[in-house]
Amino acid sequence: MDLGPYLVLATLEGAVTAAVLALTAVGLSLVFGVMRVVNIAHGEFFMLGAVIAWALAHGLSGHPAVGFAVALVVAPLVVGALAVAADMTILKRLDYDPERTIVATIGLLYIIQQLTLMGYGPDARPVAAPFNTRLAIPWFEKGAEGWQMIWPWGLGTTSYKLAVIAAAVAVLCAVWALMARSRIGLVMRATQSDREMALAFGIPVERVYALVFGLGAGLAALAAVLIVPIQQAHYLMGADPLLLSFVVVIIGGLGSLPGTVVAAVLIGLSDGIISVFFSPTLAKILATLLVGLVLVFRPQGLFGKRGG
Amino acid sequence: MRVYALHAGLIVLLFALHFLLPAYHHGNLARVMVLASYAIGYNILFGYTGLLSLGHALFFAAGLYGMGLGIQHLGLAPAPAFLLGLVAGAVVSGGLALLALRTSGVAFMIVTLMFAQAGYLTLLYFGTYTRGDEGFVIAQASRALWGIDLSDPGNRYLAALILFGTCLLLSLWLVRTPFGRVLVAIRENEERVRMLGYDTFAHKLAAMVISGTIAAAAGAGYGLLFGYAGATFASVQYSIFPLLWVLLGGAGTVLGPFVGTLFMFYLIDLSSGITTAYMLIAGVVLVALTLFAPQGLMGEVRRRLWKGLP
Repeated sequence: MDLGPYLVLATLEGAVTAAVLALTAVGLSLVFGVMRVVNIAHGEFFMLGAVIAWALAHGLSGHPAVGFAVALVVAPLVVGALAVAADMTILKRLDYDPERTIVATIGLLYIIQQLTLMGYGPDARPVAAPFNTRLAIPWFEKGAEGWQMIWPWGLGTTSYKLAVIAAAVAVLCAVWALMARSRIGLVMRATQSDREMALAFGIPVERVYALVFGLGAGLAALAAVLIVPIQQAHYLMGADPLLLSFVVVIIGGLGSLPGTVVAAVLIGLSDGIISVFFSPTLAKILATLLVGLVLVFRPQGLFGKRGG
Repeated sequence: MRVYALHAGLIVLLFALHFLLPAYHHGNLARVMVLASYAIGYNILFGYTGLLSLGHALFFAAGLYGMGLGIQHLGLAPAPAFLLGLVAGAVVSGGLALLALRTSGVAFMIVTLMFAQAGYLTLLYFGTYTRGDEGFVIAQASRALWGIDLSDPGNRYLAALILFGTCLLLSLWLVRTPFGRVLVAIRENEERVRMLGYDTFAHKLAAMVISGTIAAAAGAGYGLLFGYAGATFASVQYSIFPLLWVLLGGAGTVLGPFVGTLFMFYLIDLSSGITTAYMLIAGVVLVALTLFAPQGLMGEVRRRLWKGLP
């Protein structure tokens, strides 16, 4: 294959990464934006989503699509409920103090991860995709008789991967509508801009916090259910999404949802392309250095406004 | 006076235990002392200066690999290799400090976390030299310092005690100097310290370099005494451990790091006999500490029994 088809392939893989990453990162960004809490356990909520999807797909007999469809609904709800419980029992009692909540969520990370190790075991387990048709992609090449259409071997994608991208876009639109157009979104934005004032206007800030924390975790779980037929469910799978979500949230500007989505697309695509042409480790080194340097020299993020 | 008696007493007690302990606990305690030195380094930055770093594994690994790669690839003798580890730790912590100290609070935590992660991944990337996750064994022949074989359990214990004693007394002395007082003042109210005319950036920079160099000394010592260097020591987990030990023992107390390391080491040692998910204990302890005892064990002692405990 020439460079061109490779690039198309890398972009497609990158687009799937970007879609899932956008969902996970928006969850993290929402929690940070509204609550000012850096949730280190976010990756573990992602992992829990994948593990629950495996358990449901495995437990429910019948067509793989049945278990998967159930998981799509149940996993985010269960994980969200868990996060709400964690918020009410731990974070609320710390008064949402930024540094202490980080230490507490690190503890939460190990608790969730290790309990999963005890219950689920150290193996990586696959989940069957509900549908998985191979789609070949044509390519144009200049041959002896001018331009002609060819079907290079290995260039293609699956219908499921395209569906993941579409689903992520739909969910992101729903989140945007929730935040911008609904009453509960209005309450959330009011809490974000001034907690004291919101409290004075009779907004139940603590309940809003619990809801936001649950929503953020639920989004991570949803992203994991979408990706689990492509990757596999494993108890350590939360580390990479956590790292990349951090990259995305910080580069996109802390707490800014549109910035987060733009950054997710950017990072997802470049991660895919760098991983295909160089090594995944190098891609991660560059990403972590980028986050560190952005935080040092442009703390408002590449797309954020100054003082925002 | 009582203060010096207490700390000297701990060192004498540890020396006496050298002759008393059974082999298993003797070996464990040597390890605890080296790790406690790491925690002492961490405590200077976190406990006394109030800067919560999530990237100290980078400094520990700088010492470990500065020493280990010096022996492995440059053919250095242990003493210069140890020094190379210290220099590596000082340079890395100084460099990171210049960048990270431009931020504060949560941003500082994430910046240190990210750079430490980049350092860990770099170790993996250059796997041909560092042997990545698998690590490399430092040959017994190259672990003899001035003719003393450090792989012998007795010598190892005493070497660990010397390293730990030096770090303990150094930190005790440091926090009682005017410099150390300024660090505590920065922790309590940085604005006010700056208003009083102190250069807070220079003080924080110095604190971070001292802290990083002690961590590197512990890393280099660990490699020399236990003969192994692996990328695991640079992973996030090894940045979380000193935080856990210091929080448990009591942040901002000189003895706290040792007490915390000792407790946590045996807690994990006991629980790993029961389950492979021993990090669960670490998670539960972290959450419980932040919820119920943010002062830690020695912090409680200071609050209830002895106000003047350094």
